[in-house]
Amino acid sequence: MSSSPAARRGGRLTYGVLVCAVLVSAFPLYWTLVAASRSNADLARPMPALLPGPRLVANLQAVLDEADIGKALLNSLIVSSGITVGTVLCSTLAGFAFAKLRFRGRGALLGTVVASMMIPPQLGVIPLFMLIVKLHWVNQLQAVVLPGLVSAFGVFFMRQFLAQSLPDELIEAARVDGASYARVFWSIVVPVARPAMAVLGLLTFMTAWNDFFWPVVALSSQEPTVQVALRQLGGGYVHDQSVIMAGTLLGTLPVLLVFGLLGRQIVGGIMQGAVKG
Amino acid sequence: MTRTARKALAPYAFVAPFFTLFAAFGLFPLLYTAYVSVYRVELQNPGEMQWRGLDNYTALFTDPFFWTALRNTFTIGALSTVPQLLIALGLAHVLNYRLRARTFFRTALLLPYATSVAAASLIFAQLFGRDFGLVNTLLGLVGFDPVDWQTGTAASQIAVSSIVVWRWTGYNTLIYLAGMQSIPGELYEASEVDGASKWQQFLHVTLPGLRPTIVFTVVVSTIGATQLFGEPLLFEGSVSGGISHQYQTLGLYMYEQGWGFFHLGRAAAIAWVMFLLIVALVGVNALFARRRSLKEAGR
Repeated sequence: MSSSPAARRGGRLTYGVLVCAVLVSAFPLYWTLVAASRSNADLARPMPALLPGPRLVANLQAVLDEADIGKALLNSLIVSSGITVGTVLCSTLAGFAFAKLRFRGRGALLGTVVASMMIPPQLGVIPLFMLIVKLHWVNQLQAVVLPGLVSAFGVFFMRQFLAQSLPDELIEAARVDGASYARVFWSIVVPVARPAMAVLGLLTFMTAWNDFFWPVVALSSQEPTVQVALRQLGGGYVHDQSVIMAGTLLGTLPVLLVFGLLGRQIVGGIMQGAVKG
Repeated sequence: MTRTARKALAPYAFVAPFFTLFAAFGLFPLLYTAYVSVYRVELQNPGEMQWRGLDNYTALFTDPFFWTALRNTFTIGALSTVPQLLIALGLAHVLNYRLRARTFFRTALLLPYATSVAAASLIFAQLFGRDFGLVNTLLGLVGFDPVDWQTGTAASQIAVSSIVVWRWTGYNTLIYLAGMQSIPGELYEASEVDGASKWQQFLHVTLPGLRPTIVFTVVVSTIGATQLFGEPLLFEGSVSGGISHQYQTLGLYMYEQGWGFFHLGRAAAIAWVMFLLIVALVGVNALFARRRSLKEAGR
């Protein structure tokens, strides 16, 4: 019998530890639902109720009155989809070149990509802000979308995948048949890369949806993303805790839905070595 | 264009979209930050720049709140990074057993990662409320006095750190699990033949095998901790990080200077200090990682 931990069966203690960890992970989200469906007075009792109550719809209505959550959700959808499509496309293009094509400066350029993964984009935020002021992009969604397309991690991720999964012979054969590089890309690279593109797309969408710092700087309450709207709710305009929690629930639900449907792929993507967004 | 020329240029066409965006929105702002940091630039009129030399930096170093923010960044960073990585290591070890409902556990542990900073911070602010927060209610049940999670320095820093720990532990668990699964099973068999206990196996097989992964997570978490922003901002909703700035981080301090007080030049100086801090921390990390491997090679 092999004694590698992976081959050992989990005992009761193992399951106990994991169940506790899952409860701690899930409880704050469950609590959001409880708080969002009760009145402020319910929450202020010495022993607050731990089950959802009847006021969810009323609280959601209050959120819609206090902040333009409908617009915020739409903006978040536009921004996140734009960033996802653009990032996946740029990363696949560059990843393919780095994985399969030879050209001068390839090593240095790839080195730049990898090195830049170490530097947080937040540190360049002041010139970036001055740039969008100059372009009159403050409060415009492209101010969030365009900088969001820069993903060194995406390039690296696609390069790793294509270097392993795309046989050189396939490209050579197509080239011999007279296919242009553009043709090779669309008819050979993209179909092979599709699973990795899907995973990168999921991770990018989640990161973009949840991004906080740059949208707060570049956008305002007139043109908010969901995260910017949540800041308004928490920023003292509303003092009703259950309304704040209803807004939080609304802003979190879309990603949780995606997560519920595609959690397995997201887990797989992260285990391949995703990087903090 | 001839066919050969086109063939030579094609690779550049493939990398061009990424590098154009990277130059404009990644590299340029980063380098230009150093330039802005020696000018007086105000938010109301960012086009007008006045030379200030090192004045932004001296103003920074004579501001007691800068030092508070720097200290807070370290303490909150340690309070969030250390438990997060230790718990992740333990959970990954447990997840590495043969389990029923494996996918369920992995996915459920990642739920916090799917939650945004903004949402998580608001939820935790509610849980840590002084009068009606669930945490104080639970403490009351076991006979403790309520803690003022917002005004106490240690208490508020622990509360802010707990948001980070909650959000990132599951993520790091999966990274460690991936690392553990690539450790060959023969190593464990060999160590068992040598009579190693489970704990000794963990210390002498699992941990060394995970070294590169651990270095990676330490570096990534350190960089993340250096720029904490949303958690302290939304914990109470103010840019000062508490009435006595008791949990204001450098990231929040930068935002306060730039978008609270309109001093973009000063904010750029803070960004540059943060950059140097990160370089130093990553350097120290690399040094440790190297020394450990040298020591091991010498054994």
